[in-house]
Amino acid sequence: MTGLRQAIPRITVRRRKQPLTSRESLTLILASVAAGIFLGGLLFSLAGVNPLYAYGKILQGSFGSIQGWKEILRKAIPLIMAGAGLAIAFRAVFWNIGAEGQMLAGATGATWVALNFTTAPGYILIPAMFAVGFVMGAALCIIPALLKSKFSVNEVIITLMLNYVALQIVTFLIDGPWKGETQHGYPYTDPFVQGARIPRIPGTFIHYPTLIIAVLASIGLFYFMKRTKAGYEIKVTGSSPKAARYAGISYARTLVMVAIISGGLAGMAGVGEVAGIHGKLLYPEYVSAGYGFTAIIVAWLARLHPAGVIASGIFMSGILVGGDAMRIRVPLSSVNIFTGLILLMLVSTEIFRTYEIKFSREDVP
Amino acid sequence: MTMVEEALFILHRTIAFGTPLLLGTLGEIVAERAGILNLGVEGMMSVGAVVAFGVSLYTGNAWLGVLIAAISVGLLSLIHSFASINLRANQVVSGLALTMLGLGISGLLGKSFVGRTPGGTIEPLDLPVLEDIPYLGKVIFNQDLLVYISLGIAVFTWLVIWKTRIGLNIRVSGENPAAADVSGINVYRIRHLAVFYGGMLAGMAGAYLSLAYIPAWTEGLTGGRGWIVIGLTIFAFWSPLRAIICSYLFGLFYVLPYSLQPLGIHVSLLQSMPYLFTIIALLAISRESIRKRMGSPGALGKSYVREEI
Repeated sequence: MTGLRQAIPRITVRRRKQPLTSRESLTLILASVAAGIFLGGLLFSLAGVNPLYAYGKILQGSFGSIQGWKEILRKAIPLIMAGAGLAIAFRAVFWNIGAEGQMLAGATGATWVALNFTTAPGYILIPAMFAVGFVMGAALCIIPALLKSKFSVNEVIITLMLNYVALQIVTFLIDGPWKGETQHGYPYTDPFVQGARIPRIPGTFIHYPTLIIAVLASIGLFYFMKRTKAGYEIKVTGSSPKAARYAGISYARTLVMVAIISGGLAGMAGVGEVAGIHGKLLYPEYVSAGYGFTAIIVAWLARLHPAGVIASGIFMSGILVGGDAMRIRVPLSSVNIFTGLILLMLVSTEIFRTYEIKFSREDVP
Repeated sequence: MTMVEEALFILHRTIAFGTPLLLGTLGEIVAERAGILNLGVEGMMSVGAVVAFGVSLYTGNAWLGVLIAAISVGLLSLIHSFASINLRANQVVSGLALTMLGLGISGLLGKSFVGRTPGGTIEPLDLPVLEDIPYLGKVIFNQDLLVYISLGIAVFTWLVIWKTRIGLNIRVSGENPAAADVSGINVYRIRHLAVFYGGMLAGMAGAYLSLAYIPAWTEGLTGGRGWIVIGLTIFAFWSPLRAIICSYLFGLFYVLPYSLQPLGIHVSLLQSMPYLFTIIALLAISRESIRKRMGSPGALGKSYVREEI
């Protein structure tokens, strides 16, 4: 018995004395992503799809070609924009799962501007659309923030339910009052006038003004969190609401602030989709298109670091684009296998940040 | 149809619509009573639906489909319990990941099922005498067997939680895991079992959707029911018996849009009713719930760490 016990290395788990270095942290993130992608391939092979084929297709269709990069940058725009906001919300432990609905709210606001002020010049129209989109997204997100801070209603459920409400309202608008007269009965609005369309890099769908706003927002939020009193208050509220209250930080105000930031940015992401890509309001599935959910992983992958969202947004966009490339063989939704597993691996390896696991042969007293 | 006939028809459909909600809610109640918040219900239901459909398609046996859906989704849910219990992962994020994974798996598995009809379906029972009871007969006794099974499970779950030792252990694990541990309860095992039970019922709920409710598989079949279940769990104050009433009430919100359509309100607006009412319901109970802490498990959503070395 004792011989056997000595042969097996003793495993000790103890709380880390120092946090991981940034290099260790990055290694852990990359290892989690790799594990998620490996397990995803395993599931594909169980379903009869050769995982090497899947990986090859994903790479070829995304990071491995010019066409792929064009698509990646296009889809990274809403992911970076919404992801940067979510990173701030999650820092305050405000679980905004409603970016999907907030994007729709923003898109609806922009559409209202585009359909009603057709004669205004583009340099007024487009900023106005972004502003109204921001306000609409923020307004939808303030509801759960107020309900949580005033009545302790769970924000996860409220934000999720509002996604469905927003979806139904958009469906109603495009099939009812806003149904286009030139669309032959299809449930779309009329196309936006030229002045209400966000310019794109020729030959691509990259609506670069939105991309610039998204990147500036992430960098701006990085400094906001690092340098300002409000950013500090968000961090304190997130790590301990009680400590925040003793320090005189208003819980309600902090939550409303992160709701405005995250909802507003998601709203602007929605503006980019209708005014930069589609040029009209159409089925909600095509407007928010799951970006609001993928943005959760984008934020988490960046470890809630608003500037890191730029890199993680491009990476997750690559996964989405690669999934698109596989669409002939497998349904589009199966890309969720990869996103789900990557998120699962990321959250499961958090434990290595607080604990260290040591294997040793000698007995530790 | 006369008014009475239409009302009876609405009530009949209400029970059918409420049944998957009831099954999912009962499962979530048990998991949350043990202290584990599982936001994976939407994904689990979806996998249950596709597995049940597939088994029925290939074997022709709908009930085998229900059984295998329950077991396989139970096993799937252990991913969440392992991550959140053993690896102390954040339960909100881990549950969301399970939903994404579940939606992905069901999309992949179901790709060849779209547009096909299952080999066997779950049909309403013919109960000769009971069916003929005026009014009630048509509403209550013309349902399929899974409806009665779900009611049986509700009573069973209530009995287990309130009248058995294991139920006490579940409640203590969710209320005060440290105290449970001291008194010799294996908190980890109880929590794993509770999540597994929740997964099985979510799998059955999915099976109901693809084999009884509308016998077909399409993507997005669950349509947010898994999220409504999370709300219903709170609305029912974590009580299996109240869950019956709450689930049927929400079943009604799914049926009414079709009946109210002649009033001239757009169907999309009517279809947002269940979601709006979830918000209203949570708001309505929020104040009271703070005052009385009715049933909300004290350690819900928190990892239990036995000892700090």
